[in-house]
Amino acid sequence: MTKYEEFLIEKGLFITAILSIIVILLIIGFIFKEGLPAMESYGFLNFIFGMDWSPSDGQYGVFTMIIGSIGITLLSLLFAVPLSLLCAIFLAEIAPKTMKRILKPVIETLAGIPSVVYGFFGLIILVPFMRVQFGGTGFSMLTASLILTVMILPTIISISEDALKSVPHEYKEASLALGATHWQTIKNVLFPAAIPGIITAIILGMGRAVGETLAVIMVAGNVTQIPNSIFDPVRALTSNIALEMGYATGLHYNALFATGIILFIMIIILLVIANYFHYKKKVVIGGGYL
Amino acid sequence: MDLKYKLGILIAIIIIIAYLTFIPSTNYERIQIAGSTSVQPVAEKLAEKFEETHPNIRINVQGGGSSLGISSVSQGITDIGTSSRELTAKEKVGLNEYIIGKEGIVIAVNNQNSINELTNAQLRDIFSGKITSWKEVGGPDLEIHVITRESGSGTRSAFENLIMGDTKIRPDAIVQSSTESVKQAVRQDPGAIGFVSLARMSSDVKALKIDGVAPSEEAVFDGSYSLQTPFIFVVKGEPQGIVKEFIDFTLSPEGQAIVKEEKVVPVR
Repeated sequence: MTKYEEFLIEKGLFITAILSIIVILLIIGFIFKEGLPAMESYGFLNFIFGMDWSPSDGQYGVFTMIIGSIGITLLSLLFAVPLSLLCAIFLAEIAPKTMKRILKPVIETLAGIPSVVYGFFGLIILVPFMRVQFGGTGFSMLTASLILTVMILPTIISISEDALKSVPHEYKEASLALGATHWQTIKNVLFPAAIPGIITAIILGMGRAVGETLAVIMVAGNVTQIPNSIFDPVRALTSNIALEMGYATGLHYNALFATGIILFIMIIILLVIANYFHYKKKVVIGGGYL
Repeated sequence: MDLKYKLGILIAIIIIIAYLTFIPSTNYERIQIAGSTSVQPVAEKLAEKFEETHPNIRINVQGGGSSLGISSVSQGITDIGTSSRELTAKEKVGLNEYIIGKEGIVIAVNNQNSINELTNAQLRDIFSGKITSWKEVGGPDLEIHVITRESGSGTRSAFENLIMGDTKIRPDAIVQSSTESVKQAVRQDPGAIGFVSLARMSSDVKALKIDGVAPSEEAVFDGSYSLQTPFIFVVKGEPQGIVKEFIDFTLSPEGQAIVKEEKVVPVR
C-alpha cells in the first residue's frame, strides 16, 4: 500500500516538473512557427540588419531596435551596477540591524511596484525634467535607462547581498585575524569570493532590463532610428511587439513574432554567459560552495 | 489512510472543476463583431445594452483594426466588421455599410502655445517635417515636437487619410501608444503637437481651429469641421435575423443615445 502511494507521489511530482518544461517548449515552438516565415520571406540578414521598419510599406528591418534595446540596457547597467553593489555591501557588512530592518523592506517594495507606475512617473516627472535640462523632446534613451535603473536595482541588490552573505565566515575571520581592516577584508576577500553570485545578479538585472516593455514604451519615444546621442528617442524590441501587436495581420504579424525570436536569442545568450561565469568563478576551497 | 482520503477528495474536486469547465453552455445565439479599436468601446457598450433586453443573445466584440474588420466580414468570419475609416471602392464590393456615428480628430497643442489656428496645408507640412519651428506659422521661436500614434492605430490612419495623403509623417516623430499618453506628452511640452479623438479631449491641452473651424460635436455633426471620420458597421449582404435586430437597435434613438454617451457624435 505504501509502495503504491510512494509511486503515485513520485510520478505526480515528475509530471508537475515536466509540465513547466513542456510549457516553455510550446512557447518556443509557437514563436518560431509564427516568426520564421517572416524571416524567410523577408530575408534573414535583411530582417536583422535592415534599418527601415515601416509595416505599411512592407519594410521590416529591426536593426534600429536591436541597437535601441542594447543601448537602453547597457546604459541602465552603467548606472545600476555601481549603485546596487555598494548598497549590497552596505547591507551585508556595515548596516546596523535596525537600519537593515528598514532598508530591506523598502528595497523589496521597489521590486513590487508595477511597471506601468514607473512608466507613468517617468512620463509625468522625468520626461519634462529631461526636456528642460537637456533640450529635445525629453523622450530619450537616457530617460528610459534611468527608469530601468530604478527597476533593476532591487534585483541586483538582493541577489548580490545574498552572495556576499553566503561567503563562509572563516574567510572573514581569517582576514581580520591577519590584521586587515574591515574595508580591506570586504575589498580583497569577501567581494572576490562573492563574484560568481554578483555576476548572476547583474545578468538577471540585465534580463529584466531587456524584457521590460511598458515603462520603456511610455518614456523612450519609440522612434525607429539609430540614436546619435543618448538624448535621442529610441524604440526597444519589446516595445515594438507591444505597440503593434493589436493591429498586425499577415506578414506584419509574423514579423512581430520574428522580433520575439531576436529577443529570445538575446536572452538565451545572456543566460549562457551567466551560467558560464557562475561555474567558472565558483570558489570551492574551505568547504564553501558559492 | 488519512492521506488516501485527502487524495480522494482532491481527485473528486479536480473532476468537478473539469466538468464545470467543459459543461455544455446554454444555447445562446451569437453575434461576432471585430474591427477598429476606436469603435470597440462604443460597440461594447451597445452590445451590453442590447444583451440586457435580449437575454438569449451573446455579442462578442473584438479589436484588430479596421482592415481586419472589413476583410474578416467579407470572408464571412465575423457577422459585423467595424471600421473607423471610409472603405475603398475595392473593399465595398458585396458589403453593406451602416454609419453609426462620427468622430472628430482634434489637433492638440500645449496650453502655453500662442498659436490658435492652422490650415490643412500647414498641418501637413508640420507633420511631414517641412515646418520645424512654430515661428514659421506665426508662433514663438520654438522647435516643433511632433507626437504621433503607433502605426495601425485607428486615429492615426484616419489622420493620415485626412491630412497627410501620400506624404509620410516624419520618421523621427515621437510615438505614443495611447490617446492618454499623447495628451500627457503634449501637456508637459510647450513645443509639442499631437492628435487625439474629440471624445477624449480635455482642458489639459489646447484644441486648434483647422481652416477656421473649431472642433466641437456640432461642427462634426454638420460637417463644417473637416477632420472627422465615420464609425461604420459593415455587413456582408443584407443583414438578417439578430444581426439586423442589433443594427436596427444601434440606429434607433435609444442606440444613438448610447453612442452619444460614449462621446461619439451620433448621425441622427
